[in-house]
Amino acid sequence: MDDLAPRTETRPMTQLPILEVQGVTKRFAFGAEQITALSDASLRIGKGEFICLIGPSGCGKSTLLRMVAGFETATAGSLLMWGKPIAGPGPDRGMVFQDYGLFPWLTVAQNVGFGPAARGRPKAEVAATAKRFVDMVGLTRFADAYPHQLSGGMQQRVAIARVLANDAEVVLMDEPFGALDAMTRERLQEELLEVWARAKLTVLFVTHAIEEAIFLSDRIVVMSPGPGRIVADEQVMLPRPRDPTSPEFNALRRRFAAMLGGHH
Amino acid sequence: MTAHGLSPRQVVLALAAPVLGVLAWHLATHGQAYSLIPPPWDVAVQWWDLAFGGVWDDLYSETLLTHTFASLSRVYGGFALAALVALPMGMLIGRVAAVRDLLDPSLQILRPIPVTAWLPLAMIVFGIGPRSAFFLVFLGAFYPILLNTIFGVKNVEGRLFEAAAMLGVSPQAVFWKVVLPASLPSIFTGLRLGLGFAWVVIVVGEMTGVQTGLGAIIMEARQLSRTEIVISGMVTIGVLGFLSDRIVQLLGRRLLRWSPQHG
Repeated sequence: MDDLAPRTETRPMTQLPILEVQGVTKRFAFGAEQITALSDASLRIGKGEFICLIGPSGCGKSTLLRMVAGFETATAGSLLMWGKPIAGPGPDRGMVFQDYGLFPWLTVAQNVGFGPAARGRPKAEVAATAKRFVDMVGLTRFADAYPHQLSGGMQQRVAIARVLANDAEVVLMDEPFGALDAMTRERLQEELLEVWARAKLTVLFVTHAIEEAIFLSDRIVVMSPGPGRIVADEQVMLPRPRDPTSPEFNALRRRFAAMLGGHH
Repeated sequence: MTAHGLSPRQVVLALAAPVLGVLAWHLATHGQAYSLIPPPWDVAVQWWDLAFGGVWDDLYSETLLTHTFASLSRVYGGFALAALVALPMGMLIGRVAAVRDLLDPSLQILRPIPVTAWLPLAMIVFGIGPRSAFFLVFLGAFYPILLNTIFGVKNVEGRLFEAAAMLGVSPQAVFWKVVLPASLPSIFTGLRLGLGFAWVVIVVGEMTGVQTGLGAIIMEARQLSRTEIVISGMVTIGVLGFLSDRIVQLLGRRLLRWSPQHG
């Protein structure tokens, strides 16, 4: 599953998008009924973009993310990464879950080194990689701790480090900070932006919090339920770092709140 | 409660019940001319004679080690065989729908049959002697291991499969990388219960006409009205079962340090 193709630094800007969603529809059987979770969604994502999918529950944002991850297949339409159809989960698209999904029997360092180890990298390399990314998320002192000994914020740092240590090009995040307290959430948002800028990641981030979306993203994709669909796709032009108390930020907040209508 | 070591208070409380029990037993039986139950001191003397001889010098003197060894080998042998069969079978039933559909209904019907009910049939099939005893111990240990293994491999959190898949674990490797480690706490609980049951059924197992074993001397002494020997055998089984469970528990604490329930 190794991506041996050259990374985009060598690709001209007009080249392929890293991710492309073309007319994707997802229907679930719900008893005898068919539920349309997502209807005819299309999206082009460039390398290095930070994109938030925002919308109320039932708008299909998580379904779309899970299809990009390869956990679900589309009923119609196609999902492409570097122009190739997504056939299933793979290490090029790392997922960060709201409930962390860490392996409880492994230490922090072993969780972070899990991907490289599973793909048969030599032991010394796995250990070095694990150490580098454990250090990067500031958990050096907890390298030998088990997940149940950590706070939620620390566990989510491990989950992020685990995906980065595995060389994921795209990081998919499903309301990753939704279960954390406000202070921890803000700190992790800032840390995530730092890592994103440094590692030139592409991030697809699902949230239902408008402020979080404006604070983080280059682009906000607004979705709406019944059936789930994309209703707006807007660039966020505010300079970084962003100040959530600024008038410009507030103006955007009002704009997106209006777009999301009665749901917020 | 800390994982390692007991506080003095815990030791005192733990010893209080048995000390009071023995005291009550002593008061109820000591000096009674026609007591059917011997007083604790007589039992202690008998136990000493069973273990080291030098008191009665009869057929039973200095035989405790032989009987203990016979029972230990049946308990651990039956337990090991039960684990050997129940672990892979449980994993298959838990993970492979076809195997589950094939075996689960039959096992559900066989499971409520108590080990004692198997005794006559075991003696017909395996004959009078150690092979029947071994079989009954095996049966006692088998179901707890099987059921907990099935439960463990079936109830792996779905999220962990997704996490493994997105990190690049191949479907063939998922069993070793995810299912097995995730189900270890359940499997361990099954092994611990299984070993406990093996000790529970050893007396029944040794009612099959074997010559040696703690169960065998208990049954034999009963027929001879040597109640001191009966109680000595009971105490020995209790202590051995307790020690064997402690060893397993310590092993579990080491192996399952990561689990909030065990660590």
